[in-house]
Amino acid sequence: MTAHKRLRTKTVVLLALMVVAGATGDVLLSMGVKQIGELQHWTPEGVAAFLVSVFTNVTVWLGIACLVGYFVSYMLVLSWADFSFVLPASALTYVLVPVLARIVLNESVTPLRWAGVGCIFLGVVLVGLTPPSTTHAQADHPAEQA
Amino acid sequence: MRTAFFVAIVVLASTLGEIAMTRAMKIIGEVHSFSPRAIFGVLGRAFRQGWMWIGFALMAISFFAMLALLSWEDVSFVIPATAASYAAGALGAKFLLHETVNRTRWLGVLLVSIGVALVWMGK
Repeated sequence: MTAHKRLRTKTVVLLALMVVAGATGDVLLSMGVKQIGELQHWTPEGVAAFLVSVFTNVTVWLGIACLVGYFVSYMLVLSWADFSFVLPASALTYVLVPVLARIVLNESVTPLRWAGVGCIFLGVVLVGLTPPSTTHAQADHPAEQA
Repeated sequence: MRTAFFVAIVVLASTLGEIAMTRAMKIIGEVHSFSPRAIFGVLGRAFRQGWMWIGFALMAISFFAMLALLSWEDVSFVIPATAASYAAGALGAKFLLHETVNRTRWLGVLLVSIGVALVWMGK
């Protein structure tokens, strides 16, 4: 495998991990917070009580675990790839979230929102056509390739 | 109004936070090995970078604003709405991180932004 192809492959694998873990985490967080109910009293006591309910909720913690996986993948991919490549590519989460929200949370998703999701998908495809890394030479650490 | 204010906080804090994190990871350099040991090593080095902590602080602000938002808005509205950070992120990458954002990439970012606007209008 050429260095160029290897770079693209590992970028795509980590981005896929990011997108799935991120979307799952967001949906779990939403489910958890919805179980608790809306933050009603914007007093220090009200906010404190809300935070205690949030951090004693199992679904919230499962969501946080997914988001930790998302975050580690994000950090790793940013060690070589452009922020302006990774950020739009991670927008695939927005393609996945309405689908998960529809199926898992049974939220309604309007046709206009689906059109937006389609636009985002097309944009991500275009960004995917550009080189993942433009700021540093790939032959920096040839000894570490093995 | 309350929703718009919280969306603005989420977008600004997360974009600047992620740019700070990118700077930290670029200082560390390309990761080549993905064994658990190597990954923990990279995380250890990352946590010793000042930029990483600036990023964490900003992302923590963004995270708690997001949690609050999710308590009164649907997830299929909240998550796409905060995607305004895509346009901000591309600008930040060009001017703060000096990345090459070519025409194809700008077009991709533009489409992502239009997608975000449509998602907003679809609420």
